[in-house]
Amino acid sequence: MPAEVKERQYQGKVHQLSRELMNAWTSQLARANETGEPTGAIMISGNCVEILRAFDIHPIFPEVTALQNAIRHQSLPLILKAEQAGYSSDNCAYVKADIGLFLSGGMGPGTKMPYPTITLCNYVGCNVYVKWFEHLAEATGSQLFMLDIPFLRTPEPTAADIRYVVKQFEELIRILERISGKKFDIDKLREILGYAARAEEGYARSKELCKRSPAPFDCYFDAINMMGPINVLRGTREAADFFDEAVKEFEGMVAEGAGPLSEERFRMVVEGPPPYPYYRSFRNLFTRWGAVAVASTYSTVGGIWEFGFRHDPTRPLESIAEQMLTENLTNRSIVTRYGQIRRYVEEWRADALVIHSIKSCRLFSAGQGDMREYFTKELGVPTLLVESDLEDPRYYAEAQLRNRIDAFFEALEHKKLVAA
Amino acid sequence: MAVDQTIDRCRELIAEPLGVIAERWKESHPGGRVAACFPVWSPAELIHAGGMLPLGLLGGGATVELTHADARFQSFVCSISKSTLELGFQGLLKGVDGLVFSNICDVARNLSSIYKRNFPHFHVDYLHLPQNSTSAGVADYTAEELRRVARGFESAFGVKITEDSIGKSVELYNAIRARLRALYAFRIAEPQKLSTVELYLILRALTQADPEESLIRLDELLAELPGREGRPKDRIRVVIEGAFCEQPPLGLLEVLEEAGCYVVEDDLLLGWRWFTSDVPVNADPFRALGQSYVDRAVPSSTRHEGREHRSKGLIEKVRRSRADAVIFTPPKFCEPALFDYVPMKQGLEREAIPHLLVEFEEKMWTFERTRNEVETFVESMLFD
Repeated sequence: MPAEVKERQYQGKVHQLSRELMNAWTSQLARANETGEPTGAIMISGNCVEILRAFDIHPIFPEVTALQNAIRHQSLPLILKAEQAGYSSDNCAYVKADIGLFLSGGMGPGTKMPYPTITLCNYVGCNVYVKWFEHLAEATGSQLFMLDIPFLRTPEPTAADIRYVVKQFEELIRILERISGKKFDIDKLREILGYAARAEEGYARSKELCKRSPAPFDCYFDAINMMGPINVLRGTREAADFFDEAVKEFEGMVAEGAGPLSEERFRMVVEGPPPYPYYRSFRNLFTRWGAVAVASTYSTVGGIWEFGFRHDPTRPLESIAEQMLTENLTNRSIVTRYGQIRRYVEEWRADALVIHSIKSCRLFSAGQGDMREYFTKELGVPTLLVESDLEDPRYYAEAQLRNRIDAFFEALEHKKLVAA
Repeated sequence: MAVDQTIDRCRELIAEPLGVIAERWKESHPGGRVAACFPVWSPAELIHAGGMLPLGLLGGGATVELTHADARFQSFVCSISKSTLELGFQGLLKGVDGLVFSNICDVARNLSSIYKRNFPHFHVDYLHLPQNSTSAGVADYTAEELRRVARGFESAFGVKITEDSIGKSVELYNAIRARLRALYAFRIAEPQKLSTVELYLILRALTQADPEESLIRLDELLAELPGREGRPKDRIRVVIEGAFCEQPPLGLLEVLEEAGCYVVEDDLLLGWRWFTSDVPVNADPFRALGQSYVDRAVPSSTRHEGREHRSKGLIEKVRRSRADAVIFTPPKFCEPALFDYVPMKQGLEREAIPHLLVEFEEKMWTFERTRNEVETFVESMLFD
């Protein structure tokens, strides 16, 4: 193996800012728990957080709670608690960690996490969302609204799809007016969407900068610093300002020729969510090879902004509908995702594709063997498929992962040497 | 045809590959097209209205060795998805022209597009069935979605699906579903005369046969079954719940009964008997069918029920069929069934209805452990 590659710990400012913003959000939730201000549980994928924001309803993201517990190595006891209650070892561990939190008394009065006033299920491709929010609403006694977003099964959404979604928005808005005691103000929603579009522009610009070599940040492991602001805080001035800062920092790094590692030896595209319980260990397996993710699909679960879509304040509800229907990863077919990855490989000039297949999320993973076939056999892109889980530490086998990753990059290195 | 002969014929039919059935039908229907539907509900009426043969796409069971699909789908993915894909790789769907999938779960969703990519000669459509059953927009949406699917068939195969032809197909399937409801009612009344394996064979065979022919056979069965011999045995009456997609091996159903159960209700092949009453035949059959999907639907783990508790439909089923207990039979890795197991079990416990969990896989072939579990469960109830 060549000389050791080191992480530069460059991400100080973006990481720090993101942390401050996310901490401020969780503090707001804790305050809402005390003051009784309305809250809304909502999912990350293709979400419509802007609508909640228009009523000053604090958004709760159970997925974020689950991943934070996993990163802090607190997910397993919660998962076990849910399994004791009857959930299967084959059920999504995100859901089990969330239900386990409820069963352990970790949400509700007297905790930092309020019960939602409304449980707004943005059903955007993921069928597990439907079950998850049915169970969460049942457990917490909150009102459930099932926002049914037709899956993108034609090149563009049909007129009937858009009418159906907008109709549901109107019905949702009537409920939110009642819950919040506030009249719907379209101008406020336009303003929120203006901030959203600014954040989307900054996120897209940051990703665009990863086309440069070296990429200024790792678009898989470091993208998490931006995924909070873009998915959770989208529509706030603070999130928009955050991305202005991020772009400034990344442009500065590009000018200096600086990247996240001391040396960028391999440019990879990563598909699939990360193993949160072993985030750092997993990252290290790539760092030692000088492998940097220049693009990732996981960073687009909430929305795909790098190909040009922005929320449009002049068409507020239609624009939110379009984003939920077409402009996020989860409401598109897995084969459409192949096209997205192919663009990454070609336009971001990647050497390889790494597929991290997780048991919990079949939406992401079911069929990734076919994806590997497509990229290796039809496109000739070196592709590695490894398995673990995003929430359940029991599925992470470090030695096995390391063997496979080492073998893959050894082969890739050999290929580079021969080509040179 | 006598009941036993009909059931034997059903057994033979379901052992045949889908492609063989499709090819045989085409010999007597030159130029005809065949479309197969993956569980749970699929628009058989629309397919039939276009002069096509609707079939059930129900996986490969224990008969198909996985040689390709295992490389496409991981170990933690359900068997029916893998074996269904394998049918394509092994050419066992030759003769089938169209495939319909719907949004029952994340795996079925991915399977649909993977089929399309690997086998472009099939016309593959993905039906997004509504999950918001209370929106004022749901009926219009569902009607339009069914129109879209119909237009897809028309453009792929050059068939015509008219409102008139759908009306006639709805009438035919209404008649079939009425017979199935009668068969289920008969089994509740006299389970000793119609075993669950037999009822399953009848149901499964009608997903692999000409519906006009099926209707004739169902009428014969309903006429002859009451006269069948059958002495009541000392068994408990159970509802089985969870096998609405992946097909249980016949051996599993046999074991449940041999171990001391009369299965008096189930959710087997639920999609083929979805409507609780007849779909209205009116001026807009797309809308009637779509509206019925929402408000005449049997409870299902693949459909959001509004604020009804998940256990409500199951408890009603238990009461209606005078069952003593529920045996949950979720297939391994089936998220909809495994998730619903928890609230359903909790609901049963609130009502003091005993229950047992028995996971299965379509390729399962030894049942001794299951037999032991069920026998113990039955004994605990009989001698309680």
